[in-house]
Amino acid sequence: MALYSDKVMDHFRNPRNVGVIEDADGVGEVGNAKCGDIMKMYLKIDNDIITDVKFETFGCGSAIASSSMATELIKGKPVSEAMALTNKAVAEALDGLPDYKMHCSVLAEEAIRNALEDYERKKGEEVSPQVNEDNGESEGESRN
Amino acid sequence: MIYADNAATTRMSDAALNTLIELSKENYGNASSLYSLGQRSKEVLEKAREDIAAVINAQPREILFTSGGSEADNQAIRSAAELGKAKGRKHIISSAFEHHAVLHTLAKLEKEGFEVTLLPVHEDGLVRPEELAAAIREDTALVTIMYANNEIGTIQPIRELGAICRERGVLFHTDAVQAIGHISVDVERDNIDMLSASAHKFHGPKGSGFLYFRKGIRLTNIIEGGAQERGKRAGTENVPGIAAMATALTEAAATLEERAKVTREKRDRLIKGLLEIPHSALNGDATKRLPSNVNFCFEGIEGESLLLLLDDRGIAASSGSACTSGSLDPSHVLLAIGRVHDVAHGSLRLSIGDDITDEEVDYIVKNVREVVEYLRGFSPIWRDLTAGKKQFIL
Repeated sequence: MALYSDKVMDHFRNPRNVGVIEDADGVGEVGNAKCGDIMKMYLKIDNDIITDVKFETFGCGSAIASSSMATELIKGKPVSEAMALTNKAVAEALDGLPDYKMHCSVLAEEAIRNALEDYERKKGEEVSPQVNEDNGESEGESRN
Repeated sequence: MIYADNAATTRMSDAALNTLIELSKENYGNASSLYSLGQRSKEVLEKAREDIAAVINAQPREILFTSGGSEADNQAIRSAAELGKAKGRKHIISSAFEHHAVLHTLAKLEKEGFEVTLLPVHEDGLVRPEELAAAIREDTALVTIMYANNEIGTIQPIRELGAICRERGVLFHTDAVQAIGHISVDVERDNIDMLSASAHKFHGPKGSGFLYFRKGIRLTNIIEGGAQERGKRAGTENVPGIAAMATALTEAAATLEERAKVTREKRDRLIKGLLEIPHSALNGDATKRLPSNVNFCFEGIEGESLLLLLDDRGIAASSGSACTSGSLDPSHVLLAIGRVHDVAHGSLRLSIGDDITDEEVDYIVKNVREVVEYLRGFSPIWRDLTAGKKQFIL
């Protein structure tokens, strides 16, 4: 049996959504060079829908394939759905990964969550005055 | 396909394969049997022992047949440890970048109360004789240093190391698995007491190897059972495999100088070409290395992806990246010569055959360059390096 499934090799050889989004709404980076894998995800989000996603990866074949598959799985999907993406779903979509490569799919899940958190944070900053107002109102309500 | 992984294993030579097939078909008798079919096997076995001994300038009775290099390493080290223990010597000296057959055996001995000193191998991948001399103690039972490293191909100053051990009365073992059949090895000239070798690294079959042990050294068994190999290694002898090993080694020895010269030229052409790739570096000394070995680090990429894409382009090579070893750490050899994790993950070993052409060398250079550039194109590390956010190491 080959090291990787045909699906893994396809996504490794022809990775989808490779690149950078300069004006990304959310950017996430996980992993480190010491252990040999770094994934960076860029998201463009419009009206709570992920309209575009790009990735850059330093890593082995399964790391590149996992990144590619993860971008496919969340593109065009609502933020809530992307937030719920699991490493298991990434691995299954790739027709499985060798046991010792499962951490690659974990990195993909984490990279996306990291990027979504970055998006939420930025969104929070943009609407922060309103948030304060809301807080004030809710505080008032609780007093009543 | 361009097969550039001869340090992993080699294709059997036609002559060795013929020996293997012929003997498996015709001479299938057990060498311990009394009838003539068995005795013919015994003759073949002893002829192989003579031929192999002649190549390394040893006596036939100093050759013990094993299943390969790992078994030979295990038995050599175990034997020296037992001999040392009997005299109260429980210190062993080795190097930081030995094969795991040596390192793991030593780790086991440490648990049994031995003390192990691993000599540094420096940036050039070479053990310093003066550092060995300084490390030898009253209770040193063994020095085991490989002849040539399996990953970066650096050739150790074995003759000098052996001379130091001889002078100080310490047993000297060398794992010569990568050296035998490729560079000149002579147990007398090189002051070697024990030496390990494996047939499949010099165009012989897998599953055959030998241990040279100087006359007078008492071996400890790793495999107990019958009285084969004068009681020092039980199990029916793999006569076809052993004879094919002798065929391959005799052949290799006869053409050694000529092949080494040609292969060195190709190696240097390959090194020159690969050095033109920006932010790359050769691992290990440029000249004190096996004729076939080229080992590089390319910054900003990871080795396994490189290997897979080279395979797509018909090039079979190897890497010391963590992902190819199944562990999180990259090669202990690259770490031992001071490569940091970041660049050690991006290594490539090309161990070329003596039949490689200039065109094939150029094809490798062109394709490695293209694949490295492609992978750097979407590497976040490379982006940070080129944007000045991180400092280049290479």
